[in-house]
Amino acid sequence: MDDILIQILNGLDKGGAYALIALGLTLTFGTLGVVNFAHGALFMLGAFCAVTTNKILTISVKVRDESITFFEAYKEQPYLEIWWGDTGAAIIDYSVPISILVTIPIMLAIGVAMERGLIQRFYKREHSDQILVTFGLAIVIQELIKAYFGANPIPTGAPDVVSGSAAIGAFFGLSENLVYPWWRLIYLAFAAVIIGAVFAFLRLTTYGMVVRAGMADRDTVGLLGINIGRRFTTVFGLAAVVTGLAGAMYVPILPPDYHMGMDFLVLSFVVVVVGGMGSLEGAVAAGFLLGLLQSFASMNEVKAILPGIDQIIIYLVAVVILLVRPRGLMGREGVMDD
Amino acid sequence: MNKLSLRNNYVATLLFAAVVLSAPIWLAPLGANYPDLLQKFAIFGIFALGYNLLFGATGYLSFGHAAFLGIGSYTAVWCFKLFTMNILPAVIMSTLVSGMFALLIGYICLRRSGIYFSILTLAFAQMAYSLAYSVLTPITNGETGLQLTQQDPRYIDAIAGVVVQDGLPSTNLFGLSVNGYSGFYICAVVLILAFFVSLKIFRSPYGLKLAAIKSNQMRMQYTGFNTKPYLLSVFVISGMFAGLAGGLLAAIDPLAGAERMQWTASGEIVLMTILGGAGTLIGPLLGVVVIKYFENIFSAINESVLHGIFSFLPDTLENIVVSVTGLFVGEGWHLSLGLVFMLVVVFLPGGIMQALSAINQRIKQYKSGDSTPTESDTDSKGEQQ
Repeated sequence: MDDILIQILNGLDKGGAYALIALGLTLTFGTLGVVNFAHGALFMLGAFCAVTTNKILTISVKVRDESITFFEAYKEQPYLEIWWGDTGAAIIDYSVPISILVTIPIMLAIGVAMERGLIQRFYKREHSDQILVTFGLAIVIQELIKAYFGANPIPTGAPDVVSGSAAIGAFFGLSENLVYPWWRLIYLAFAAVIIGAVFAFLRLTTYGMVVRAGMADRDTVGLLGINIGRRFTTVFGLAAVVTGLAGAMYVPILPPDYHMGMDFLVLSFVVVVVGGMGSLEGAVAAGFLLGLLQSFASMNEVKAILPGIDQIIIYLVAVVILLVRPRGLMGREGVMDD
Repeated sequence: MNKLSLRNNYVATLLFAAVVLSAPIWLAPLGANYPDLLQKFAIFGIFALGYNLLFGATGYLSFGHAAFLGIGSYTAVWCFKLFTMNILPAVIMSTLVSGMFALLIGYICLRRSGIYFSILTLAFAQMAYSLAYSVLTPITNGETGLQLTQQDPRYIDAIAGVVVQDGLPSTNLFGLSVNGYSGFYICAVVLILAFFVSLKIFRSPYGLKLAAIKSNQMRMQYTGFNTKPYLLSVFVISGMFAGLAGGLLAAIDPLAGAERMQWTASGEIVLMTILGGAGTLIGPLLGVVVIKYFENIFSAINESVLHGIFSFLPDTLENIVVSVTGLFVGEGWHLSLGLVFMLVVVFLPGGIMQALSAINQRIKQYKSGDSTPTESDTDSKGEQQ
């Protein structure tokens, strides 16, 4: 029973990340009709925003270590601690949540720049050309990150308060053994908030309504005298922000390295395809569904029957969906089917 | 038609053979005439030729072709382990086994087209890669990679009474070493054969049908033409080329690892094909030579070499220039590759071949002094479709 509950949590947690990434991808799919293979790179850039924030906050200076009296010892002390003492230390401790503030403007800028600079030249070209140019861009971004941050994963911890595990079993009156890392719970809640915010933006605001109208019929919205191109640029920026935030908050769970983007890219496409191209609800649902499936497949009991299933379940589901129900769970028929 | 023109398949192949076989001579001034690199050219050339048969001819963008390369490599190494160190059966087996996998995967993937096809091939490639790393470890030896050991049975060699002195036995072709120049010529001969096959395919009615599928599959179907068998067969042929390349890779270095199957490895062959010019006959080969050559040159350049190059500049300027250019060479060579690739896709979708033919056209116009395209221009254009 505990095992199953843990797996459900694991699945929801993974699903939250998948859903966020796929939401970003399907936004660009649905609005611009562009197949963006640099989407994984956006996720990675978000993660490295968090890493950079942490690095900047912990810029240090060598000071004499007073605790050692036998000989002259030096230690690195961050400026923030020197200036503001405990407050500074607390800021450093909370570097990952703080990085959200940094990530949003940076990712927005990157997204808008990408759309204006490169993607907009490719609206009229074939999907294979779009795939190729964004694939090239992904390589460039990846190599730049590698050049500056090195090839090794960079661990950056969650704040101390939430670095332990939550005794949710005891809290709900279940077994004492049911504990779960705090940060993963926070990530799940965070994913839910972001998903809710994106949906609220698209459903409840006039701006979002126009964007949705543009997704349905770009030309007509244009004929109504609305500059739909500019709105779509904003949406691309928004997609970059959503993806980047997913990456930034994922840092304590998975230390980022330069090829995490490529690793997550295939996955995010699979999620979008399963959910249905261009369907936002589908992407979110498929994200959680695939996350849950993957964690159940990685239970030992399941693996005993079908060895290796945990590695391929997601792809298998995608293959089956594409063959049996090509429009995905909630997609419209005939999207991107050329 | 003139019997001796390039339109004749045999003439074209002979010319190609002459160019390839003399490669050690004409590549010497570039410093690229050592056998290791030449073998890489030939092997990836085969891979690219095969990939071009699928993507270039039909426009189906597969991101999973490295899986067939990997399957070919594993098959070849198992052949060395179980049967004989002769590479001939290994290479044949790897071609056939890859072909079988291509038949299976192609049958499923080709039910969809466009972006969905790309994603399906991606999914299969990732499945192959993850399985090779995890459950299939008894077959693939997981992360370490499949290697030869002294305890391998090698039944055929044992029957033939081949005695192995201490150390690992080395691969050979009926006693001919696969390293050094003899190795290059083995690969070169296979490359020439592969070129001939792909030439035949491109210039046959079969190839024309593939081109028709590329330009408008819907119309083909409306005329009552079943495109499936053509797509599937070309997918299998292209998978077999990849398997052949994988087998040869294992033959020159009997070690097969799962990273050969990762989807980014498939991306590399896409890069080569596009850079050279997809859909042309020799474009992909040019792409392979250019990428592998510059990979070799660029990765060898390190900071001290750069300091040597820019030593004529004032010190501060020199340091700045070195640190900037240092990004693009050595470890960061993929950065230059990615940039060049993006530029090619944006400005030169036809790759190197497009550039060459544009230059060719200019020269002709300049010579003849008028702008009407001559007959041979339209000829060369037709060939590139």
